[in-house]
Amino acid sequence: MRHLLSTRDLDRDAAIGILDVAEDMADVATREVKKLPTLRGKTVVNLFFEDSTRTRISFEAAAKRLSADVITFSAKGSSVSKGESLKDTAQTLAAMGADAVVIRHSASGAPHTLASSGWIDAGILNAGDGTHEHPTQALLDAFTMRKRLHGTASRGKDLDGLRVTIVGDILHSRVARSNVWLLDTLGAEVTLVAPPTLLPVDTNQWPAGIGYDLDTAIADDPDVIMMLRIQAERMNAAFFPNAREYSRTWGLDAERLVRLRPDTMVMHPGPMIRGLEISAAAADSPRSLVRDQVASGVSVRMAALYLLLSGDREVN
Amino acid sequence: MSRERFFIEGATLVDGSSADILISDGTLTVGADAKTGSQDATSIDASGLIALPGLVDLHTHLREPGYEQSETVLSGTRAAAAGGYTTVFAMANTSPVADTAGVVEQELSLGLAAGYATVQPIGAVTMGLAGERLAELGAMAASRARVRVFSDDGMCVFDPLLMRRALEYVKAFDGVIAQHAQEPRLTAGAQMNEGALSGTLGLAGWPAVAEESIIARDVLLAEHVGSRLHVCHVSTAGSVDIIRWAKARGIDVTAEVTPHHLLLTEELVAGYDARFKVNPPLRREEDVQALRSALADGTIDIVATDHAPHPIEAKDCEWDAAANGMVGLESALSVVHKAVVETGLLGWSDVARVMAQAPARIGRVERGRPVASGFRADVVLYDPNKTDVFDVDRLAGKGVNSPYLGRELPGRVLWTFHGGTATVRDGNPIAKDEAASLAKESEQHG
Repeated sequence: MRHLLSTRDLDRDAAIGILDVAEDMADVATREVKKLPTLRGKTVVNLFFEDSTRTRISFEAAAKRLSADVITFSAKGSSVSKGESLKDTAQTLAAMGADAVVIRHSASGAPHTLASSGWIDAGILNAGDGTHEHPTQALLDAFTMRKRLHGTASRGKDLDGLRVTIVGDILHSRVARSNVWLLDTLGAEVTLVAPPTLLPVDTNQWPAGIGYDLDTAIADDPDVIMMLRIQAERMNAAFFPNAREYSRTWGLDAERLVRLRPDTMVMHPGPMIRGLEISAAAADSPRSLVRDQVASGVSVRMAALYLLLSGDREVN
Repeated sequence: MSRERFFIEGATLVDGSSADILISDGTLTVGADAKTGSQDATSIDASGLIALPGLVDLHTHLREPGYEQSETVLSGTRAAAAGGYTTVFAMANTSPVADTAGVVEQELSLGLAAGYATVQPIGAVTMGLAGERLAELGAMAASRARVRVFSDDGMCVFDPLLMRRALEYVKAFDGVIAQHAQEPRLTAGAQMNEGALSGTLGLAGWPAVAEESIIARDVLLAEHVGSRLHVCHVSTAGSVDIIRWAKARGIDVTAEVTPHHLLLTEELVAGYDARFKVNPPLRREEDVQALRSALADGTIDIVATDHAPHPIEAKDCEWDAAANGMVGLESALSVVHKAVVETGLLGWSDVARVMAQAPARIGRVERGRPVASGFRADVVLYDPNKTDVFDVDRLAGKGVNSPYLGRELPGRVLWTFHGGTATVRDGNPIAKDEAASLAKESEQHG
């Protein structure tokens, strides 16, 4: 794998390949020494133009468990905040010998630009770009679902027929986009539920059903319900009247929770805003896989880094 | 020293006939009489070449004063000459903004001194393009620059009352308001056309309705106050419908389309290559087809380049951070050739109309006249026969932000004559010192 920019580029075999390697990586985490020598001598740069402690430390743990050297480049307080361009930053990292760059950027397409510009030869791993994609999040979500379905017999399996409902701010969500493409590739059926203001204007080409009513979606008995975070800046931009109305209409509260099957998976990419899109009862219920998602995150990111950096690098 | 004269042998005129052309003392002689005066003239074999009127661009960003790292009047008019243009209307979004007589007169002088093309300044509608108070429209109209076109291009004159007043006020001197139709609230942070693709790419959308709603409002205002309105860079099928409706109703509205909106679609954004970032954005294939038809049936009056040069670093970056705009002067004729001539929608006499005669008429300048005896010698000789990959050597301004680099485009401008002076010879713009001294000479000759 040369880069990991988008789940849209992954075919079924490639996606299952990553998930299977992640299974091997998950086994490592159960050992007493949670570390492999695989990427010794390789340098992984975490290039974070946006704050994201959770994603950054997940990648950091993944790289360290593979014995790579990890450099964290946080845009705040660096030359970037003084106006340095993405190009100069990339060339600086290239000159330092980065083998892989894990990039989080507020601009959609920035990882794509980095990978296609010729500024740097390293493998590029998209850790979330604007409102575009967050491929490792979707992979860890799929990994978590597959594990719950198939347990130790997960290897080689897809998500055929699994019914997944994703609820919340689809319009601005890179997590939703990456999940839609990947879940479809793996055979799942996706339904998106949101206020109409928080859906893209044209989703006809998306391999997903669209609904506005959470109660209808719950009555349809999904296998997985994934709640997305509502960001504070949406509150004041007329996407919906106020937080209370949003919560009442699209939040997974305690009353809706009991209408779900006992084995329905409740997921959330985090960070959660308890009491807004998800109630404490839902977040802490036995149905909740939120902590499994975090654990899967490290395994999936180990797999991605491993596939990016081991063996012969493909040449563009 | 007397001025160089030119004898152009066997050029094809826009009506398809063949004729000899003599250029002498800045004036044309076309037909049998041309040969008589041709002794000592530089002879040009024009067999297979089309003689078009020197092109007139109603929408050029020359960037000077203020943004000389992007373009200067000199470099921008050299680009114009390379593309076959002899007159360019310079947009007002310079720094300082062209909102006073002083700035438009400076612009005029810089154009005269450079010598590549006539620079006709456009005045800002509002002070500092801020959309709050009218600029000194009358003073600019009465200045040496004789401004008739007023535009806040880059910004929409959004306040409906201010727009009404501007439309009314410029009637006093036969002016026109050229509107950049973009509803600002609907396009906050917009990055590309809003539709299926913007949703997939995660780029904030620029909806067609943001353009169409302003055009609808403006044509109704123009009707109400009986004024003349010009709509810049129309980009959507819906806008075409509104303008067609307005014209049928007798409203005095004219409209332009850019070469890039006639050829390119939003699909190009998928690679996040910022060369394709432009405002208004590239639209859908249906829009491109509607714009072509509208140009063919006269709903859209003219092609204008919206030539928008930027320094390399403004495009060599992530999409969100990149500047909007494309250079277009050097490629415009070839793009029009490909988009509407090769497709059979326009003939060469139509091209002369939409790229020279009509823009001159809208801008109220005595330019864009036919290639015929007695007229000012603004002529371009265009070779329509060969198709080449458009490369950076074809660009003659400072900007290299062309969306056509690496694409095949038909045709090539071989000679441009600006008031009888050859500003492009055999495909190459003349040196800047030569252009300046020839300009000075022709001024002395009157």
